[in-house]
Amino acid sequence: MSDLRDLYQDLILDHTKRPRNFGQMENANCRADGHNPLCGDKLTVFLDVDNGVVKDVRFQGSGCAISTASASMMTESIKGKTRAEVETLFEKFHHMLTGPQSVESEDDELGKLVVFSGVKEFPVRVKCATLAWHTLNAALKHQVEPASTE
Amino acid sequence: MKGLSEVLSPETRRPRTSLDIARIREDFPILGQKVNGRPLVYLDNAATSQKPRQVIEAISHFYSEDYSNIHRGVHTLSQRSTQSYEAVRTKVQKLIHAAEDREIIFVRGATEGINLVAFGYLRPRLQAGDEIVISGMEHHSNIVPWQILCEEKNARLRVIPINDDGEVIFEEYDKLLNSRTRLVAVTHVSNALGTINPIRRMVEVAHRQQIPVLVDGAQAIPHLPVDVQALGCDFYTFSGHKLYGPTGIGVLYGKASLLESMSPFQGGGDMIASVTFEKTTYNKIPHKFEAGTPDIAGVIGLGAAIDYVQAIGIAAIGAYEEELLAYATREVSKIAGVRVLGSAKEKASVLSFTLEGVHPHDIGTILDQQGIAIRAGHHCAQPVMDRFQVPATARASFAFYNTKKEVDALVNGIRAVMEVFS
Repeated sequence: MSDLRDLYQDLILDHTKRPRNFGQMENANCRADGHNPLCGDKLTVFLDVDNGVVKDVRFQGSGCAISTASASMMTESIKGKTRAEVETLFEKFHHMLTGPQSVESEDDELGKLVVFSGVKEFPVRVKCATLAWHTLNAALKHQVEPASTE
Repeated sequence: MKGLSEVLSPETRRPRTSLDIARIREDFPILGQKVNGRPLVYLDNAATSQKPRQVIEAISHFYSEDYSNIHRGVHTLSQRSTQSYEAVRTKVQKLIHAAEDREIIFVRGATEGINLVAFGYLRPRLQAGDEIVISGMEHHSNIVPWQILCEEKNARLRVIPINDDGEVIFEEYDKLLNSRTRLVAVTHVSNALGTINPIRRMVEVAHRQQIPVLVDGAQAIPHLPVDVQALGCDFYTFSGHKLYGPTGIGVLYGKASLLESMSPFQGGGDMIASVTFEKTTYNKIPHKFEAGTPDIAGVIGLGAAIDYVQAIGIAAIGAYEEELLAYATREVSKIAGVRVLGSAKEKASVLSFTLEGVHPHDIGTILDQQGIAIRAGHHCAQPVMDRFQVPATARASFAFYNTKKEVDALVNGIRAVMEVFS
């Protein structure tokens, strides 16, 4: 049960219950749908990208605690970043969940996102944490097909 | 060896009032372990059930002592293998009360059984504008093959609606049947809701219009005595792995006259009478549908599984599981925020539920941390999820080796889920 506290940390539960930047965006110039067929999680990411910079981001959909919190915290951490910066952040995030070494908790760039490092101990839940990021990626690339964790 | 070459154990025994569950659990080696530091509570039996030592040993013994290919060798081992393999066909015949053993075809599982009917029986008979009727509670395996056929032939898939309790609406079913209906394909027991469908009545109504009926028995066979002649169905299919047997083996029952009228599904060895480059004559049923070397050891394992459940008595198993399900439903329903999906009058062994504010996937993870295995998701029945407007459910499904104490562990486990999210 002790591992559960690593997975369901207070910050994560807070974002699950009160997701930030939740809802549609009327003036989005990029959007994509994401789907995790394993658990049925579905979400849509809306972006307002101006001159290569994410000016605004919102999401909506339904999913488990991990996918909802991850989407919520992702929106907070990418606002104001350039495409390249977002890509680097996703790489670091992905590496934290799937890479061989444990990530230093003081990794500056990841910031609050290190709260998801506990997901690594629950391999079937990694897709929950990355769904929003895969969808974001698709939105930035203007992909028409829904992003999938598969 | 004992149990294999032996003919049947007495087929139906008087239901015992109570089973010696502690004794039964000793037969299942996997159940004795700890998961995440807690005793394993295995409640995912609708996905697949665990294997008794008798099944594991039968397979091991077969490979160690009797193994050879079947139906072709004159040597002793081949004869022994053939005899054991064919003896299981007779066991299955008795289990489901088929009229003849040649009506029993070994397939990979219920999915292959349904596909065999779809492509071997229906495809050559289906024309544009024809209709296939299924129910709103089907597993994807009893939806997708029909969609493939409908698309190919420009035919139409009709769906019997289900009510809020998770039962088929019989009047609507009756209305759906017409002169264009070529097949009814319906599940005996719903994997997502546990509903037991009124198959006998459904067959009666279909037969009035000469419409054949295929029954998906994957979830029924471990819990209910099945009598295909009493049900009157034309096809019945199930998987061995849900009946405490090995994976990779299942059964399709078909009425002899129908099977004989069908073209082979796959070509290959063993399904032929003679082959020249000019013409091939097919073997008789059931061999016509068993091309290639089959899963011989799987069949042997299935035979041992049938012996095992029949020795306990399927009626006794069903009665015990009913009691367990009633207890679980009562206890789990007491938890605030729980919504149980599926409240059919006739139900078997499945408790599907949601918890307010908590996604089933999170329930699954938190229960797993307590050693409790349940299924979380859409259970390969997305239309059922849509019908009840939930993205997914948590599903506890029971077998006769489960106990009330394990149900209590589940209830405590769900309370722990609430704590995490409180």
